[in-house]
Amino acid sequence: MARTELMPGTLDMLILTTLTRGPLHGYAIAQSIRRISDDVLTVEEGSLYPALQRLLLQDWVKAEWRRTETNRRARFYTLTKAGRKQLGLEVSQFRHVVAAIGRVLEDAAEVG
Amino acid sequence: MSMFSKSLKKLAALLGRARFTGELDEEMAFHRERIEEEMRDQGMSAEEARYAATRRFGNATRMKERSHEVIRLRLETVLQDVRFALRQMKRNPGFAVTAVLVLTLGIGASTAIFGFVDAALIRPLPYAQPNRLVAVYETTTMGNRFHLSWLDYLDLKRENTVFQTLDVYAPYGFTLKTRDGLQAVTGTRVSAGFFRDLGVTPVLGRNFRPDEDRDSAPGVALLSYAAWQTRYGGRKDVLGQTVVLDGTPSEIVGVLPKNFDFVPAAPSEFWATDRASRQCEKLRGCKNLVGVARLKPGVSFQAAFADVQTIAAQLAREYPNDNLNRGAYMMTLTDVIVGDTRPILLTLLGGAALLLLIATVNVASLLLVRSESRRREMAVRGALGASPARLVRQFATEGLTLVAVASVLGVAGATGMMQLPARFIPKDMMAKMPFLEGLGLNLHVLLFAGAIFLGAGAIFSLTPVLRHFPGDMREGLTSGGRGSAGLAWRRLGANLVVVELTVAVVLLVSAGLLGKSFYRLLHSKIGIEPDHLATLQVSARGQAYAKDAQVIELEREIQARMAELPGVQSVAFTDTLPLGDGDNARNYWIVGRPYHGEQNEILDRNVSDGYFATIQAQLLRGRTFREDEDQSKPLVAVINERMAQRYFPGENPLGQQIYGQGDEKHHIEIVGVVNDIQEGQLDAVPGPAVYLPFRQNPSGDFAVVVRTRQDAAAMLPVMTAAVHGIDPGLATYDPITMQQRIHDSSASYLHRSSAYLVSGFAALALVLGIVGLYGVISYSVSQRTREIGVRMALGAERGTVHWMVLREAARLTAMGLAAGVVCAIGAAVLMRTLLFGVEAWDAPTLAGVAAVLGSFALLASYLPARRAARVNPVDALRAE
Repeated sequence: MARTELMPGTLDMLILTTLTRGPLHGYAIAQSIRRISDDVLTVEEGSLYPALQRLLLQDWVKAEWRRTETNRRARFYTLTKAGRKQLGLEVSQFRHVVAAIGRVLEDAAEVG
Repeated sequence: MSMFSKSLKKLAALLGRARFTGELDEEMAFHRERIEEEMRDQGMSAEEARYAATRRFGNATRMKERSHEVIRLRLETVLQDVRFALRQMKRNPGFAVTAVLVLTLGIGASTAIFGFVDAALIRPLPYAQPNRLVAVYETTTMGNRFHLSWLDYLDLKRENTVFQTLDVYAPYGFTLKTRDGLQAVTGTRVSAGFFRDLGVTPVLGRNFRPDEDRDSAPGVALLSYAAWQTRYGGRKDVLGQTVVLDGTPSEIVGVLPKNFDFVPAAPSEFWATDRASRQCEKLRGCKNLVGVARLKPGVSFQAAFADVQTIAAQLAREYPNDNLNRGAYMMTLTDVIVGDTRPILLTLLGGAALLLLIATVNVASLLLVRSESRRREMAVRGALGASPARLVRQFATEGLTLVAVASVLGVAGATGMMQLPARFIPKDMMAKMPFLEGLGLNLHVLLFAGAIFLGAGAIFSLTPVLRHFPGDMREGLTSGGRGSAGLAWRRLGANLVVVELTVAVVLLVSAGLLGKSFYRLLHSKIGIEPDHLATLQVSARGQAYAKDAQVIELEREIQARMAELPGVQSVAFTDTLPLGDGDNARNYWIVGRPYHGEQNEILDRNVSDGYFATIQAQLLRGRTFREDEDQSKPLVAVINERMAQRYFPGENPLGQQIYGQGDEKHHIEIVGVVNDIQEGQLDAVPGPAVYLPFRQNPSGDFAVVVRTRQDAAAMLPVMTAAVHGIDPGLATYDPITMQQRIHDSSASYLHRSSAYLVSGFAALALVLGIVGLYGVISYSVSQRTREIGVRMALGAERGTVHWMVLREAARLTAMGLAAGVVCAIGAAVLMRTLLFGVEAWDAPTLAGVAAVLGSFALLASYLPARRAARVNPVDALRAE
């Protein structure tokens, strides 16, 4: 199964989307993205934590220390109201771009 | 999210950096463990799992760095730079300490003096709309600021169309009846609207009511805040109490606010309303008041001035007996209050600014010298990829760090210095300058210090930058900083030193001129011998001294008592002491001559028969008064030299008859001429004066003057006791020796303080300028070591080398001196109001300054010159 690099600029959106299902810690976010994308999308740990810091700074997510089921201390990230709004914005933008790319590709296919 | 709150968050994250890193570590460790678990679940061994996890996780440090980068902002690199700057300073403590010290001095001095300037000249007076307030005087042939009478005031108030309000005050004090007898207290009579029109409301009780200066109104008084505190312990029940002021029972109706002061009448404890029924107030010729008016909205100062001048001219026509040759004069109240201190403060501010300039120049050149030795460092950093902007920022940070440290120290020092006047200025002098009390940091002062910080910071950041950029980096790497750039810098350094020396010359010349003025002032001819003279003012008022005979009897009594005191050589009386405000003048006419026009106001003094002998004034012609010359004898007068010259040029004044204006029937014969006695301030031009026998014109307010054999100050308490021994009801005040009177006089104070302060600045400027010269010359010698070596190898004598270096120093010094002398003369012309008996271009002062600066400059260049002459040519050439 080939792993695919994330499209630049989409990591924030993926993290925010993942968090719509509830508070998660860093590892769970990475796992979740990988699992849902059927192992196509891999979040590099090296990018995940800087991205989380960025989101925290923008107030799009909140962080708090909690216990996991196995009673380990972990930092859980929660989507904020501003984060939800931002997510909507990014998703619609992303869809817009993808649709545009699709149209360009289809056009090329017809000609080819 | 706003930029601001984002920055705040970043800042919080930065400050909580340890926590941030700790949390990140924990979070990542957790993550890694989970990966390991995952691997083990897939069947890997523990070790394999750890290895795989580490690989997948990547470089942890790199990742942490990237996380940090998110929260990092420029501030952190700034902090880095500051840390670097501090490290640089630590590595070179001599430089850092010198630079900070020099700057602290400059910043401290100029900030403190700005504090005074701000308090005196910038901050508004504590009244409602103070810039609409003016003082109204009458002019006489002697000057502009003379009093008006109550009747003049009423006319002015009625006729003018330009004043919203017009009030008057008379700051002559009162006698206060106390349990221990009468006491002289400071106080002022005012028209009833005075406080209301200034916009001042009592903190306790009420203001004067509009009709309370009518004759029928009962006596009322207001207390100053200070008097309320000291005399009544700040008790509220003071309202309604009765005080007896000048024999009039007055009810205390209020207490003035703490921050209220009225400088022209300060200090003043009691304030009472003036009454038209008072003796003086009934006469148009009895002038004892100053007007304070508020201009109507929209009326300009000039328009108002013109209006009162018209009214005064009309009064002069209408009442020639009293108002002949009297006009009106107006000044803004601000000018009245701060006018005297303005020239000295501005001079000091100028001095401090020059000192700051010199300090800045010195530190800038120190920075340059140091940046010189860092050329290679800069070149290497540049070659390794530091952008010019980054290097500039490094320099800027170093400069700003330096200034920041110096600013903090300087402002702290200035805060301390601002407390000094309260301690060193005599109390009654301080009362005239209440704005200098309780000074401290305020917004203006901080803004000023901030502006200095920015200005100096900009200079310090820019100088090394200009030196290095746009520089050729390769040059820095290859050469040790020799060649054309070194030469260019030497030129810049030399120019800076010329500026410093110029400034030092300006300050030295100013200090010299002010010092000389002060000396001249203290040694100005005052016409008396002030050593061993003790004086005491006595006020005999009330029923017991209502008749002239009673006052004369009192005078005889005091004379007899004092003469018996051990150590007393002679005793005399005058109604007005010399070295006062030069007031109390009268028009005199000469019998048998037409009115002599201009300049007819003549100082008028009533003195006892022993007065001239006691103060040791010189009798030039004729005789002084006889002991028995009282009202039963023909009226006589002694005139001063100036009067003799002005009104009797080339003739003998003895035997001539004069009479006072409006008193034609009483002719007075001139019997003697004395030398000019300084009746006004030390720096005043003495005017004509007439001295009349005390016993022909007795007055209950007089001064006792005693010539002592030993220390005059020791006599003062004895004199007070002697007067009270005669009658405890006599008020005595101002026991002071004549020397102290000279010393404390406001003219002397003004000159002394400016001379001292500017001398202090000049000394600092000299030291700094010489240090700067030394720096430049020794730098130049160190740069030219090779050249000197070559010259000597080619046969130059040591003497020639010595001379070569000295010549360079001499050239710079000469340039600094020449520029300095020109600027100094300009500066002296600007501060000529502070000069006394000395011209702005006083040659001895200029020559003296040139000699002092020249010899110090020689000293400063001698050491490097000697070092240059000792250069060993072999070593010098091999070193390259």
